[in-house]
Parts: sequence; C-alpha cells; structure tokens
Amino acid sequence: MNIFTLNVTDHDGGEHVLEAPEGWRVMEVIRDNGLKIKAECGGACACATCHVYVDEAWLSKLIPPNADEEMMLDDAMMVEPNSRLSCQILMNEELNGLHVMLAPNPE
Amino acid sequence: MSSNLHTHEAGGTHTTDVVIVGAGPVGLFAVFELGLLNLKCHLVDILNRPGGQCAELYPEKPIYDIPALPICTGQELTDALLKQISPFNAEYHFNQMVEGLEKTADGWKVTTDSGTTILAKVVVIAAGGGSFVPKKPPIKGIEAFEEKSVFYAVKKRETFRGKKLLIVGGGDSALDWTLNLHEIAEHITLVHRRDEFRAAPDSVHKMRALAEAGKIDLLFGQVTALEGENAQLEKVMITDNEKNTTALTCNVLLPFFGLTMKLGPVANFGLNLHENLITVDTEKFETSVPEIFAIGDINSYPGKLKLILSGFHEGALMAQQAFRYCRPGEKLRFQYTTSSTDLQKKLGVK
Repeated sequence: MNIFTLNVTDHDGGEHVLEAPEGWRVMEVIRDNGLKIKAECGGACACATCHVYVDEAWLSKLIPPNADEEMMLDDAMMVEPNSRLSCQILMNEELNGLHVMLAPNPE
Repeated sequence: MSSNLHTHEAGGTHTTDVVIVGAGPVGLFAVFELGLLNLKCHLVDILNRPGGQCAELYPEKPIYDIPALPICTGQELTDALLKQISPFNAEYHFNQMVEGLEKTADGWKVTTDSGTTILAKVVVIAAGGGSFVPKKPPIKGIEAFEEKSVFYAVKKRETFRGKKLLIVGGGDSALDWTLNLHEIAEHITLVHRRDEFRAAPDSVHKMRALAEAGKIDLLFGQVTALEGENAQLEKVMITDNEKNTTALTCNVLLPFFGLTMKLGPVANFGLNLHENLITVDTEKFETSVPEIFAIGDINSYPGKLKLILSGFHEGALMAQQAFRYCRPGEKLRFQYTTSSTDLQKKLGVK
C-alpha cells in the first residue's frame, strides 16, 4: 500500500506531517494520529464534526463535495468556500502532500 | 417497532432491579443478558427512541462487523435487538437525561432532568459518546447570552412572544420553529448559509411563502459575532457569502445546527474517569464505585476497542455481578439458551 503525506494545521496553529495510507479518509488519518477531531459518526457523513478547511492550492485536486456532504456542511459552523468534511476525502496519489486546517469544534 | 415499547411519561417514581443509562445497542443487549438472570430493567435515553448513535447518526448506513450479521444498517440492528429483548419487558424513559445519582440505604436513586426518579439496586452506564445535545456555535462570547437570549432548543414557546428572533439553520428544527413562532414573535429573520434547505419540502414551501409575503426575512450567510449587555442580545453580525457583514437588531438567537455528544452529568457522578471515559475492571466492567457499571463506548480499560461487539461482551459479564448484587441470597447458575428449559421459558420459546 502506498503511504502518502498529509499536512494538518491544528486549532493552535501547530503543524503536523502525517503518514496517510492510500485509500484512507483524511478524517481517519487525523483521528488515528490523536489530533483533536470529533468525527462522531465515524465517517458516515452524518454529523459534520470532522470539518476542515482545505488549503486553496489543493482545492482543484479534490473531487467536489456531493449533495450529501453539502447538506451535512449545513450543520457545520464557520463554513468557508474551502470547507470540507474530512471523512469524505480519500487519500490518493493526486493528494500526496495535501494540506488541511482543522475547523473550530462545536461544543 | 418502537410503538410497542413500554414507555413512561416524565415524572413519578419507579422501582426496578437495574437502571440502564442509554438505550443504544449496548444498553439494549444488556437488557437481554440481565433478563436471562431474571433482572428487570428500566432504560433512560435523551433521544426520543431507542438505538442511540445507530438511530441518530447512521440509521441507513451499513455496519459490517456485527458477528453473524455480514451487513445490517443501524436501524436494522436496533430493530433486531428490540425483537430479541422483547420477552424481558424493559421499561423506557425517553427524552430525558440522567442528572443525579445518589446512594440510598439499599441501592441507588437515579433522577432525570424531567423529574423522574428510579430506584434500583444497580446502575449500568451505557451512554456511548455521551448525551446528544444541541451543537453550540463557536462564536466568541456566546456563553454569556445562553438561556437569556441565546437558546439551542425551544422549551417554552411563550418565551418568544413579541421578540425579534433570529433563527439559524436549514433543517427541520430551524424551519419548524420559524413557522411555529412567526405568529407570536414580533419579527423573525431566518439565516442559512445557502439557498437550499434540507427540511421537509412542505416546511420549505411554507417558509418561502412567508418570506415572499414579507412576513419573515430570509437571509443567506452566517452569524459571526454577537453584541449585547448583561446577557441580553442587541445585535448580531451576519456575514454573507461575499464576505459582507451587516448588523441585525434582534433580542433572541436560536441556532439549530444539529446534535453533538457530550459526557454531561455523568462526569459529576464521582466515578473515576480517564480522558472523559469511565474506567472499569475487565472482569465485571464495574466502575470505581461498587454497583455502578459502565459498558460500551463510554468505558475505558487497557486494550479497549470501541466496537459494538465489545459492548455486548461487557454487558454479559456485567450481568453476572449485577445478579450478585440484586439477588444476594440466590445461587448464580450459568446456563445456555440452547439447552436450558428455564431460559427458553423466559424467552417465550414454545
């Protein structure tokens, strides 16, 4: 299995370079590394608690959100044009080096 | 399925062997294991139906790791569990959160936020990721306005009579309350981040009709800041999708962004916790306080895996010790459902 790199900026501005196995969801990589992401529904696109901002430079490489993801983003907060649910982004060769920022967690 | 359940209205005092906090899959299966040992259960859940996360977060999503069920959805799993435990006539208290836990002379007194009291010998906490509570937007200073002019749920409709309301969201809660409160509010503005609503089409249609008739205002954007004094909201800043910010005068903000899980009052029960989870032993799944057990996602022990199947196993072992507490004079006999006529009678096998 290919191992790619995922760059994550946490809530405090800390930078993390994570190993991201091919086919893993970005949310799973973040959670597996113990960073603060709620990801309550475990990747079912059902809770909006794995909200991230994608570095503008990478946006064009992502498959755009589908209707389900857009709908769940309605339950996220501080949504920006580069907002995504990280459970809906799967690591692939194109995304090697992807940079995302963790969005504020709802309380 | 849920309609056949023995449910109670809030209030009153009940007596039982075991109170189970949480009616998710693990809490439901605990009813089975306790039932085989003749122990009677009451379940309390903040949701309005059984199933926990399976029902609330992924009723339609397939689960692949339930032993002997190669694939089932969250709702199918819930329904199958309800069928499996139906011989044991558990009693349910929905829409309630367990708030208090107090030792009595011969057991425990459990109280809910809706005024229900349940007396039991044993308490089993099967609360998963905690209680489902409304999400709070991460807006600076919002706590200062909570319960005075910012509300995450409508408890008393009359609170909003004659007020200038700002309702945020695009789902059923936001639209239902927009439709319901516009008659008594002085004015309502509905704010949603985009011109698409996932609420029931009928509600969306009615809301749009009100907006077109000028009876409510409909804006697209997000709330970015709050202004006011002494917990009284005066102005709310709305930033639209072109990044223009406008100030809107209002007295009340009602944000509806769905639910999130919080440990809640369980954190104050005096049990040992580890990273917001309840520590238990792996023989009986008992907490640091005797007669209080914790099973499923809410517990913590070396090697713990947050899997539904782990919670089932934990429930079976917990039940053995629960029996010893509830029936101190009786001998605990381990029997199999395949061969024991006694167990088969309890299960209604003919």
